[in-house]
Amino acid sequence: MIDWQAFALTLKLATVTTAILLVIAVPLSALLVLGKSRWLALLEALTALPLVLPPTVLGFFLLVLLGLRTSVGRGIAAILGHPLAFSFEGLVVGSVIYSLPFAVQPIVAGFSAVESSLIDAARLLGAGPPRLVWSLLVPLARRSILAAAVLGFLHTVGEFGVVLMLGGDIPGATRTLSIVLYNQVENFDYAAANRTAALLLGLSIIALAAIYIGGRWRGARDA
Amino acid sequence: MLEFRVKAQRGHFSLDVSCRFAAEWTVIFGPSGAGKSTILRILAGLDIPQEGRIVFSEQTLTDTSLRINLKPGRRRTSLVAQHPALFPHLSVAKNVSYGLAGLDSRGRISRVGEMLEMVDAKDLANRLPRDLSGGEAQRVALARSLAPLPRLLLLDEPFSALDGAASDSLLLRLQHWTSQHGAQTILVTHDATDAFAAGAEVALLREGRIRAQGSAVDVLNLERERMIKRLDGTA
Repeated sequence: MIDWQAFALTLKLATVTTAILLVIAVPLSALLVLGKSRWLALLEALTALPLVLPPTVLGFFLLVLLGLRTSVGRGIAAILGHPLAFSFEGLVVGSVIYSLPFAVQPIVAGFSAVESSLIDAARLLGAGPPRLVWSLLVPLARRSILAAAVLGFLHTVGEFGVVLMLGGDIPGATRTLSIVLYNQVENFDYAAANRTAALLLGLSIIALAAIYIGGRWRGARDA
Repeated sequence: MLEFRVKAQRGHFSLDVSCRFAAEWTVIFGPSGAGKSTILRILAGLDIPQEGRIVFSEQTLTDTSLRINLKPGRRRTSLVAQHPALFPHLSVAKNVSYGLAGLDSRGRISRVGEMLEMVDAKDLANRLPRDLSGGEAQRVALARSLAPLPRLLLLDEPFSALDGAASDSLLLRLQHWTSQHGAQTILVTHDATDAFAAGAEVALLREGRIRAQGSAVDVLNLERERMIKRLDGTA
C-alpha cells in the first residue's frame, strides 16, 4: 500500500521548495556571474557548502537554530505561533538551504555561457542589472533554469537526512516518502518498500526525461 | 568635442593615449593589436582605465582620480563592433527597440521603422538574427545602436561583412545621419581605404600610442613613408 498522504506532502514540499529556490537562485546566480566584488567568492563557497556537508549535520544545525533554544528560533516561533522545527515550514527552510547549490550551479553555468558581447550590448543600450537578467540572461539560459528546477525538485523529493533531523516523522506534516521508505524497511515490509521506491524512481525518471526531451526539442528547433 | 587621456594595462600591452577630437568624424587608424578596440571600450564605459579622464561635450564621463565612471547606458554613447551581438531570442525589430525603453510604444515603433529604413533593412523587421546574413546582421546592429540617438557613436570596423559598394553606401548614409543628429563619430579601422572614405580627421595609433593626428592624406602619407623605410631597411 502506498502512503498517498506522504506522497502528496512530498510533492507539496518539492513544489514549494522549487518555487522558492528559483526565486532565490536566479538573482543569486546573476550576482555571482555579473558581480565584481571579491566577497562573491565567499558567497559562492557558502552557497556550495551543502554539497559537501553531511545532510544530518545540516539538519542538526538547523534544528538547533530553529528550535526554541536560540533567539532566532524563539523570534520565528513568536511570529508563526509555533517553532519551525518539526513543522512543514521548517522542512521548506531546510530543503531550500540543502538544495540551493543544485539550483544555483546549473543557472550559474547557463548565465556564464551567455556571450559577454551580448551583455555589453545590453548595458550600452541602457539595461541595468534587473533588465539584463530578465530580458537577456533568463531567456538565453532557460534550459539551465529548467535543469535547476528539476534538480532542485528531485533533490527535495529524495531528501532524507535533513528531513529526519529537522522534521522528525509526523504524518501529514513532515513524513515524506523517503521517511516512509525508511520505516517500511525498518519494519521488514519489503513489498511496500518496493512500491515506495518504485514511485520515487518513477518520479525521478519522468523529471529527468523532461530535461532531456526539452533539450532535444530545443536542439532540433535551433538546427 | 571629445577629450581624453587614458592609461590602461592589458597583460603585456600598455595603452597610453592623450587626444582631443573636435571633428564630426575621426578615424583611429592602426594595425591589429594597436589598442583601437580597447580605446573604444574605455570610451563606451565598458572597461575602466587604470588612470585617466574622458570629457565629452563638457561632461566628464570618466575621471579615475575623482572615482567618476558613468555607466555605459548613461553616456548617450553607442558602440558598434565587428561582431553584431544581436540578441538571438529577439526579432530584428525588438533588437532595435531594446534601447528605447524611455519611449512609448508608438514612439518605439516609429523609431524602429526609421532606423531600419536608414540601414535598408525594413523588410528584415520580423526575422530572427539566426536568419540574417553577416552583412544584414551588421546593418541591424548599426540601426540598434543609432535608435537611442547617441551623442557619441563609436564604430569598431562595423562594415567588415559588407562588400565595398554596400559599405560605401552605408557609410554615406551614416555620415548624413550623424551630421543631421549632431552625433560625433569615432571609427576605428586597420584599413586605409576606410580612413580615406570617411574623409575624416585621422589619428594614427601604433603600439598603444597616438603617433600622428591630422588629415587622412597627411597621416597616411607619414605611415606610408614609414612602411617604405622599413621595407628598405632604413628604419
